[in-house]
Amino acid sequence: MNTKPFTAILGLVALLAFAAPVFAAGGGDLQHANVNIRDTAAIQRGSRLFVNYCLSCHSASYMRYSRLADDLGIDRDVVMENLVFADVKIGETMEIAMQPEDAEAWFGKVPPDLSVISRSRGADWLYTYLLTFYQDETGSWNNQALPNASMPHVMWTLQGIQKPFYATHDGVEVIDRLTIAKPGLLSQEEYEDTVRDLVTFLEYLGEPAEVKRKNVGVWVLLFLAFFALITYALKAEYWRDVH
Amino acid sequence: MAKPASTLAKSATATMAWIDKRLPVTPFYNAVMTGYSAPKNFNFWYYLGSLALFVLVIQILSGIFLTMHYKPSAELAFASVEYIMRDVEWGWFIRYLHSTGASFFFVLIYLHMFRSFLYGSHRAPRELVWVFGMLIYLTLMAEAFMGYVLPWGQMSYWGAQVIINLFGAIPSIGEPLTEWIRGDYFISDATLNRFFALHVIALPLAIFGLVLMHLVALRENGSNNPDGIEIKENKDENGVPVDGIPFHPYYTIKDIFGVAMFLLLFAFVLFFWPEAGGLFLEHDNFVPANPMVTPEHIKPVWYFTPYYAILKAVPDKLMGVILMGLSVVILFFLPWLDRSPVKSIRYKGLWYKVMLGLFVVAFIRLGMLGMAEGTPAQTIEMRVWTFVYFAFFILLYFISPGAKTKPLPERLTH
Repeated sequence: MNTKPFTAILGLVALLAFAAPVFAAGGGDLQHANVNIRDTAAIQRGSRLFVNYCLSCHSASYMRYSRLADDLGIDRDVVMENLVFADVKIGETMEIAMQPEDAEAWFGKVPPDLSVISRSRGADWLYTYLLTFYQDETGSWNNQALPNASMPHVMWTLQGIQKPFYATHDGVEVIDRLTIAKPGLLSQEEYEDTVRDLVTFLEYLGEPAEVKRKNVGVWVLLFLAFFALITYALKAEYWRDVH
Repeated sequence: MAKPASTLAKSATATMAWIDKRLPVTPFYNAVMTGYSAPKNFNFWYYLGSLALFVLVIQILSGIFLTMHYKPSAELAFASVEYIMRDVEWGWFIRYLHSTGASFFFVLIYLHMFRSFLYGSHRAPRELVWVFGMLIYLTLMAEAFMGYVLPWGQMSYWGAQVIINLFGAIPSIGEPLTEWIRGDYFISDATLNRFFALHVIALPLAIFGLVLMHLVALRENGSNNPDGIEIKENKDENGVPVDGIPFHPYYTIKDIFGVAMFLLLFAFVLFFWPEAGGLFLEHDNFVPANPMVTPEHIKPVWYFTPYYAILKAVPDKLMGVILMGLSVVILFFLPWLDRSPVKSIRYKGLWYKVMLGLFVVAFIRLGMLGMAEGTPAQTIEMRVWTFVYFAFFILLYFISPGAKTKPLPERLTH
C-alpha cells in the first residue's frame, strides 16, 4: 500500500492551511515583562508598590492579606504593619474605601478590581501599559498601550514625565516614541525593574496557587510516568500470547 | 483471620451464588467482560472510547466538589469561582480538573468520531451505536455550553448572548423562544440559575442514559476493528471468534495503560498549562460579566468554533443557522451516506483518503477561522472550507457505491 505521495501532498495542504495566520497582531507591539513567578523577593517588593500606588483606587477583593503573608513567608504582624493601611484584620481581603459611585464621578469609570487582571490582560500588556504613560500637548495623561485610558500616571514621580514624538505612517499620525521630558526619581532601567516587580506581584495575585501547582505537578508527572511504565509492563505480560 | 482460606473462598462463592439467584451479577459480568470476544487488532484509535468514559467520571466527580462551593447567582458566581481558586483547599486543582477535563472530553470525542470515519465503525449493523454516540455529542455540546456560562465572565455572558440569539433567527417563534430559554428579557440571574440546574442535573442524567444505550448497542454486535470485517463470521468449534480475545483481561489491562498515558498528557496541561494559551480558559473570561460592555471580539470556546465559522460564512443569519445546524445533523446520517462495500479506509482506495484528509483539514481550519476576527479574506476562506465540509458527505454518497475496493482479508491483520 503506497500512501507516501498522498501523505506528503496532504501534509503540504495541511501545513499551508494551518500556517496562514488567523489572528491580527492587535494592540501594537508589547514589551516583554520577563516575570519570574518564583522570585519571592520581587513579589514582596511588588506587594509594597501595589499597596502604595494601586490599592487606594483599585481593590483586589479576592485576595486575603493572610494569604499574602503566608505565601511570601512574611510574618503576619509585619504584613499588618507595613502593607495594611486600612482598618481591617489580617484574614480580610484587599478592599478599598472608595465607593464605586464616587469613582465613576471622579474618573468616569470605576477602576477595575485587580485580583485577576494579570489573567485577562497578561503580564506583557501590564508591563507595557505601566511603561507607556505620557503627557500630551494639553497636559493630560494618556497611554500608548491603552489610548485614552482614564487612569492617570500614578508612578510619575518615579518614572518622570514622558512626551510623545509623532511620525506619519501611511498618512496617519502615530506615536513614534516616548522620551523622558522631566526625569523622575528613578533611572529608566530602575523604573523598568520596579514595574517588573509590580507585574510579578500582579501575576502572583492572579493565581496565588501557581507555584504550588507547578511544584505538585512535577511529582504528579513523575508518578504517572512510573505508573505508565508499570501498566505497560503488565499489558505486555498479558498480551504475550496474543498473535 | 482465624478462618482458613478455603473456608473463606467457600463462603465467598456461597455469597455470590446467593446474590446471583436474586441479581444476575455473574452472568452479566461474563457476558460483557470475560465472555465477550473483542477483535485482537485494536490500535491507538480504540483507546478513545474508554478514555472518554474515564473523563466523564472525572467531570462528574470534580463537578460534585465544585457545586459544594460554587454559587449560581449573577452577584456571586464570578467571586465564588475565585473563592474556589484561592480559599478552598485544593480548590484550584478541582477547578482545573473540571476545566481541563471539559476540553479534553471534546478532544477525545472528536478523535473517537474520527475513528469511525477511518474504519467505518458506524456501518451496519452498528448504525445505532453511532446514532447514540451522536446524541451524546449533541447533549455534551449543550452541557459544555451551559457549563461555560457558570463562571459568569465576559465570555460566559456574551458567548451565551450570541448562542441564545441564534434561536431568534427562527421566523415568528424566534423571539419568544429566546425569552423562554433565558427566562428573562436579557441574560440574567434567572438564566444563570436554570443553566446551573440543567448543567448539574438534567444534562448529566441524559448523558449517563445515552452512554448506557451506546454501550448496550455496542455489545450487541461487538466492536468493529481496523480491518472492518466481522470476526463473528469466523468462529472455532466452541463458537468463539478465532480472531477474538476476551475483553477482560486483555482490553481492560490495555485500557489501564491507555489511561496512564492519557493522564500524563492531561496532568501536564492541568498543572503547567491550564489556560492552554487562552484556548481552554479564555483571557476575557477573567473579566466579570458586564451587560453594559460588549467585548471587542466574541467567540465561543475552541470546540464550537468549526460550526461557528460555518455560521459566519453565510451572510444571511437564518441561512447561517440552518447551515450550521445541518453541519451537525448531517453527521447523524453518516452510516447511510457511506455506501461502500467495505468499511475500513484500508480497503477503500485513494479517493477516500484524499476526501477524508481534505475533510479533516476543513474541520480544523474552520475551527481556527471561527476564533479569528473575521476579515473579508477569512470570510471567503470560511466559505471554501464550508463547501469542502459538505462536499465530503455528498461526494461520499455518490462515489462510495461504485468505487473500486481492495480485496478484504480472511483474517484480521495487524
